[in-house]
Amino acid sequence: MNGGHPAGPLARFLAWGTVFYLLLPITIVIPVSLTDQRYLSLPQEGLSLQHYARLLGSEAWLSAIGQSLWIALGATAVSVVAGTLCAIGCWRIGRRSSELVRVLMLLPLIIPSIVYAIGLYRWFGWLDLLDRLLGVTLAHGVTGIPYVVITVSTALAAFDPRLEQAARGMGASLGQTLRWVILPRIMPGILSGAIFAFIHSWDELVMVLFIASRQVVTLPRKIWDGINENLDPTMAAVAVLLILFTVLLLALDGAVRSRAGR
Amino acid sequence: MPRDAAALPAAPVAGHGLALPREAGWWLLLVPAFLLMTVLYLAPILQVLAISVTEPAPGLGNYERLLTHPGLQRVIVTTLRICLVTTILSLLLGYALSYVIALASPRAQRWWLLGVLLPLWISVLVRAFAWVTLLRRQGLVNEGLLGLGLIDRPLPLVWNEFGIVVGMVHYMVPYAVLPMLAAMREIDPRLLAAARGLGASRGTAFRRVFLPLSAPGLVAAGVLVFIVTLGFYITPAILGGGKTLMAAEWIKLQILDLVRWGMGAMLATMLVVTILTLLGIFSRILDLRRVFGGGR
Repeated sequence: MNGGHPAGPLARFLAWGTVFYLLLPITIVIPVSLTDQRYLSLPQEGLSLQHYARLLGSEAWLSAIGQSLWIALGATAVSVVAGTLCAIGCWRIGRRSSELVRVLMLLPLIIPSIVYAIGLYRWFGWLDLLDRLLGVTLAHGVTGIPYVVITVSTALAAFDPRLEQAARGMGASLGQTLRWVILPRIMPGILSGAIFAFIHSWDELVMVLFIASRQVVTLPRKIWDGINENLDPTMAAVAVLLILFTVLLLALDGAVRSRAGR
Repeated sequence: MPRDAAALPAAPVAGHGLALPREAGWWLLLVPAFLLMTVLYLAPILQVLAISVTEPAPGLGNYERLLTHPGLQRVIVTTLRICLVTTILSLLLGYALSYVIALASPRAQRWWLLGVLLPLWISVLVRAFAWVTLLRRQGLVNEGLLGLGLIDRPLPLVWNEFGIVVGMVHYMVPYAVLPMLAAMREIDPRLLAAARGLGASRGTAFRRVFLPLSAPGLVAAGVLVFIVTLGFYITPAILGGGKTLMAAEWIKLQILDLVRWGMGAMLATMLVVTILTLLGIFSRILDLRRVFGGGR
């Protein structure tokens, strides 16, 4: 909407200030990560990549990145399969009867993760899943389901249900209809959901603090320990790499969406 | 998608009821998600609720502490105070931002949105770390102000409530913007132009026309921000430096450090009950799927 009524100076000043505030911490870590000093500071005499070199030469950091990557990939697979099927089921069954299921699927977005984390701590103790990759993967996978349900439901809202009825009418089985008619058309929604489920797992810390200790040390856990123990420019280098990674994933999501829009 | 599909005669509605086994097939699709959700999500949470009334002894003993335990009461008051301040500041900044975005040209809107959505997806930890870098004693802000001669001693900007609020508002502004922007986009800008044309000042046009029309979005954003802030753990833990205790960190302390499961589970239950009650009250204005789905 733009109807020849531009915002006033006060509103514009506040808006610019807010955007500056939102972007400041994200951008400030870039020069800090390039500092030539050994402590957190802006570069004094020149730029240096020493902190990146230290990061990429460190066994502990690389292992944390690897573990996070595997967990995030596994969790994304769980979220995408369960979330996509569920969204399609809810969509086809209709609003009323599946409303409860949908509300259930959104719970992880509403209930604070600290509550879930302490519940898991006890629950996984019984299931013998504490401090294991499988446990963390399952926990992240389950809590990633809402992101997939939301994006796939949005994609399905633009899908004409009569295409599916026509396929079934012509004798296609449910599996064939899913495979050849529904899935190809909602693929952008699924990919989008997968990206957000991935970011969710990749960044998740609260659950990990409770259900993992020695065997499983994810990247956020390593950063957490770093912040609490020694604040050095290596942390800034990690932060920059994480920011770049997120920006890359968001750009990927944008590309998927704009292709879908065409 | 063929837009004109809607103009075709509607498909026979009878198709819904005629084949039960077919419907059953669609229900089967819900099974994986439903099983995962009940066994690995709902069950642990229900267990927390159960622990709160069974440990250390069955009964409402843990809840009684709400009335008698001064340390716990202090934590609750601190949490509510910080959440309220965060909500008000996030709404204020978010409202100005949404207002400017809603009135901008479509091209400018995309840039503004990028500035809002990018921070939304950056890791909470990374942001908390960045704030520490900026705000600590030898941080960039204090060094800068000292260098300019504006202050002669470093200001205490972090490891207190101020630092927590700075970090939390930073996290919540994008959440505030999304529902408010959705509401503002439905306002016809010609109404503002008409108000100005009829002699209203910019301020009057805003107060009498735009503000009332955008109020539902403002309330929705307020409820959303308040609910999310109640359960914050990482930001207060890092920027509070262990001195200012909020609900989530207190729960962690009870369970991991003091092994008092009953107390931790009790406050966790109170969090869930408070959040669900607020959602129940405001569910009419707050369309969750739209709030969470918008702009992502």
